Amino acid sequence: MLGKLTLSAIPYDVPILVGTFIGVAVIGIAVLAAVTYFKKWGYLWREWLTTVDHKKLAIMYVVLGLVMLVRGFADALMMRTQLALAYAGNPGYLPPHHYDQVFSAHGTIMIFFMAMVMMQALFNFVVPLQIGARDVAFPLINSISFYMTLVSAILINISLFIGEFSNVGWLGYPPISELQFNPGVGVDYYIWSVQISGIGTLLTGMNFLTTIIKLRAPGMKWMHIPVFTWTAFFACIMILTTFPVLTVSMALLALDRYVGMHFFTNDGGGSVMLYLNLIWSWGHPEVYILILPAFGVFSEIAATFSGKPLFGYATMVIATGIITFLGSIVWVHHFFTMGSGADVNTFFGIMTMFIAVPTGVKIFNWLFTMYKGRVRFEGPMHWIVGFMITFSIGGMTGVMMAMPAADWVIHNSLFLVAHFHNVIIGGVFFGYVAGLSYWFPKAFGFKMRDVWGKWAFRFWFVGFYLSFIPLYAVGLEGMTRRMNHYDNPNWHPWLLVACVGVFVLAAGVACQVIQFVFAAFDAVNRKPDAHDLTGDSWGSGRTLEWSIPSPVPHYNFARLPVIRGLDTFHIEKELGRPAPVADLEPIHMPKYSAVGPVLGACGLVIGFALVWHIWWAVIVGLVVAFFTVIHRSANLDVDFYVTVEEIRADEEAFAKRLAAARAAE
Amino acid sequence: MKRLWRFFPALPALMLSGCTVDLLQPAGPIGEGNRDMMVLEWAVMMCVVLPVIIATLVFAWKYRASNAKAEYLRNWSHSNKIEVFIWGVPILIILVLSGFNYWSTHYYDPYKPISKEMQVKVGAPNAKPLHVEVISLDWKWLFIYPDLGIATINELDVPTKTPLDFRITSDSVMTSFFIPQLGSQIYSMAGMETQLHLMASRPGNFQGEAAQYTGPGFSDMRFRTIAMPQEQFDAWVQNVRSGGNPLVVKEALDAQTYQKYHVPPAAPHDAAPKPAPVVYFSSVQAGLFENVVAKYNVGMTHDHHGKDMDEKAMDMHSESHAAAPSNTGM
Ligand code: HEM
Ligand SMILES: [Cu+2]
Ligand SMILES: [Cu+2]
Repeated sequence: MLGKLTLSAIPYDVPILVGTFIGVAVIGIAVLAAVTYFKKWGYLWREWLTTVDHKKLAIMYVVLGLVMLVRGFADALMMRTQLALAYAGNPGYLPPHHYDQVFSAHGTIMIFFMAMVMMQALFNFVVPLQIGARDVAFPLINSISFYMTLVSAILINISLFIGEFSNVGWLGYPPISELQFNPGVGVDYYIWSVQISGIGTLLTGMNFLTTIIKLRAPGMKWMHIPVFTWTAFFACIMILTTFPVLTVSMALLALDRYVGMHFFTNDGGGSVMLYLNLIWSWGHPEVYILILPAFGVFSEIAATFSGKPLFGYATMVIATGIITFLGSIVWVHHFFTMGSGADVNTFFGIMTMFIAVPTGVKIFNWLFTMYKGRVRFEGPMHWIVGFMITFSIGGMTGVMMAMPAADWVIHNSLFLVAHFHNVIIGGVFFGYVAGLSYWFPKAFGFKMRDVWGKWAFRFWFVGFYLSFIPLYAVGLEGMTRRMNHYDNPNWHPWLLVACVGVFVLAAGVACQVIQFVFAAFDAVNRKPDAHDLTGDSWGSGRTLEWSIPSPVPHYNFARLPVIRGLDTFHIEKELGRPAPVADLEPIHMPKYSAVGPVLGACGLVIGFALVWHIWWAVIVGLVVAFFTVIHRSANLDVDFYVTVEEIRADEEAFAKRLAAARAAE
Repeated sequence: MKRLWRFFPALPALMLSGCTVDLLQPAGPIGEGNRDMMVLEWAVMMCVVLPVIIATLVFAWKYRASNAKAEYLRNWSHSNKIEVFIWGVPILIILVLSGFNYWSTHYYDPYKPISKEMQVKVGAPNAKPLHVEVISLDWKWLFIYPDLGIATINELDVPTKTPLDFRITSDSVMTSFFIPQLGSQIYSMAGMETQLHLMASRPGNFQGEAAQYTGPGFSDMRFRTIAMPQEQFDAWVQNVRSGGNPLVVKEALDAQTYQKYHVPPAAPHDAAPKPAPVVYFSSVQAGLFENVVAKYNVGMTHDHHGKDMDEKAMDMHSESHAAAPSNTGM
């Protein structure tokens, strides 16, 4: 009846997990009770859970991403404290059985459920607004994407309390991920949560690519597209070209594990080398999928806060394109140590090095955007300065690893771990956090408190160096990654410093939490002067999203904007806004739908049932999902019109606020 | 507490004293090559990275909004001169590094035997290579010396200034055979044979490790690499053969004994499995390594290199892209 699931799958004998479970349960029950007490279930369901509005989906993505950041960070804290302790015979407090799950969960969660989630949040919020669209191309699919991501995040967290998680790292390398060496359910949790969230991401990629190609406001030529949207465009192309490879790799691994096939097993003709090639021909582009949008964010912020246009817009677009191309043909640099011939290694090594060219160009572009500008150091701008310093160092160590003769000794070492955190924290993470505070006022109509943002930055910046420079050092001292204990006295002091670093980072995370708590508080009791009256929250916005009210009306643009070139809003501020010619018209919008949450629930049931081999539940899930889709296809009542009265009322209110803002000046 | 702080400035010195930075203090020509490439790249990259970091800080300071004296070009966003510079400099640097990349990847190719040049440099131009067959197991390393008819577990004894020809495979999961101070690592994979060529130029006791995660016993899957002068090595071999050493297991390492060591130790949930002790075998059945590889290839004998790999076979290997000997059709 319950497949492999028995009571013994519940780890009630592990105090850490029991404690965590109680914590999660208490918070969960408190939230549910609060929602019930304030009678908000109906509101939640009607306004949020069933939404197809890209802006609300973006906010839900952000919430998910932040929760997962805390989870992933808790894992990092455990790893760092374990390695500070587990020296010279002391086993530490996490035996390999747990430690190995912790680093696997940390990597998987940070990449798929923190970074990818934040990225999709930014796509959702920013892209339609920047191109003057009223929604994405496929609003319902957008909601389904979100639910696929959400339920796979839930699935991975269920593994904490029911069964176990994978112990073989974020990429699930065989043969150790095969049934022969890993008979438990951990790898299955990994496979299905990656698989389901992968579907969500693939749908997002398709959706936003279509949106950018088809839904740009009239007159927006390709070279009028704002840089963030360009980076989203290229990231979507890479999603479409590479996520299917991830899907296939996971599917083949699942076939090995579920029906005894031999794609990657040791015997029967399986080949690990095939898996390594497959997974990295997704995995390397994946890191560029993550970093390109961060580059986009930095480009927007640099221009806004320098009071100047982005330096070298065309160069920026071309460089992004080149990175997209090169990023797709360098995956072998992840296994120069597999014994490939020298010519193969040289080719992939040199291609990898060449990525440094367009990337370097971008750094110079931001530099020259600040040059002869009037740079205002509000919160978002802090992250970009921190980024340019940190990312340059990470890029340098990346080029070092692109030389096979050097990589042969730093491969799989903590030097590598330091390198990729250097680019991923200094680049991806700093970028997304900057983007979050940059577009926050657009979403909510007021700014987050900058002080806490700045402190968060300071702690993250210092904490990063404290945590990861030591890892470069121990890497050079020959320490490999994923170790659980050690007895090399040279490593110990460095790992102690890294442990101090992680607590500094914890202070950074705490500041961010405080910043959000204050934001929630301000949302209710904010002082009138904190309102963003004009919609141009930072006063120097250049792109379309700053031309409309904050928070943005659900239909985004009362009138479709007429594009007058790159940075239309800036042009309008300089030359004056043309009087609207056409009268307001009713706006055609999609209705909210329960299809997303229902399919999400099906996904969760199917994923969980597959992990535990509960076949009847898999079938039930599939059948319900199938009929939900059929029902939706037969449903013709899926849209409505926003009335002219409503739009006019919004317009008049906005005009009043603009006038008030002008009077206040 | 306050007194403790006085020692703070001494901390970096304390950390450095008596500590080996394996990758920067290599003990063989391959390791030196790895290090040189690393340092070279670091130095070349620093030529751009440092100016970029400084420029970032300078621009951020100079063009801060409160500095009304600084020039402000509110619509300036293009300059052909700067464009040429920002594309040109990185391209030049990468072209230079690409040259080194091509050269070093070929010169230090792990599949290439230690070159005459390197042998001359350590002052032993005529030393014959020592063959070692490496099998990674759960969670230990088995080293077979086919020419000497002995074997060891978790200790690799080698003569200095002698080219070391490793043939590597796994009889469990995939991992990576790595002695940081000697240089390059190579994966070990079941059913396949990979190769690595190293040389120790001075005596020493170096850490050796599994550089790719292998499961619960991973952290203790380590071995000492003891490099000693040829005479001392010969004496050690004699000692192992004759069973004079307390670590020696008298029984021969044949297919049956091998099974005993092939079984992984128990891996309890609440502790790491016990590290495997060092063992010496006074004799080894011939062909054990080949049999381990063949086991995963439906019993087919795997390669035909045999013990005396000839130059032609070697070339074939370094040319062919994959690590797989791949003559079994899978
Ligand atoms: C918040 C600060 C962070 C700290 C202190 C941290 C720390 C660590 C540590 C200690 C490891 C294990 C290293 C080892 O193998 O011994 C690790 C692995 C990893 N981290 Fe982080 N990390 C942080 C943030 C991130 C972020 C933001 C991401 C990605 C978005 C990330 C992605 C990864 C990945 C993919 C791995 C590899 C996991 C594996 O070995 O399979 N980390 N991190
Ligand atoms: Cu890569
Ligand atoms: Cu071969």
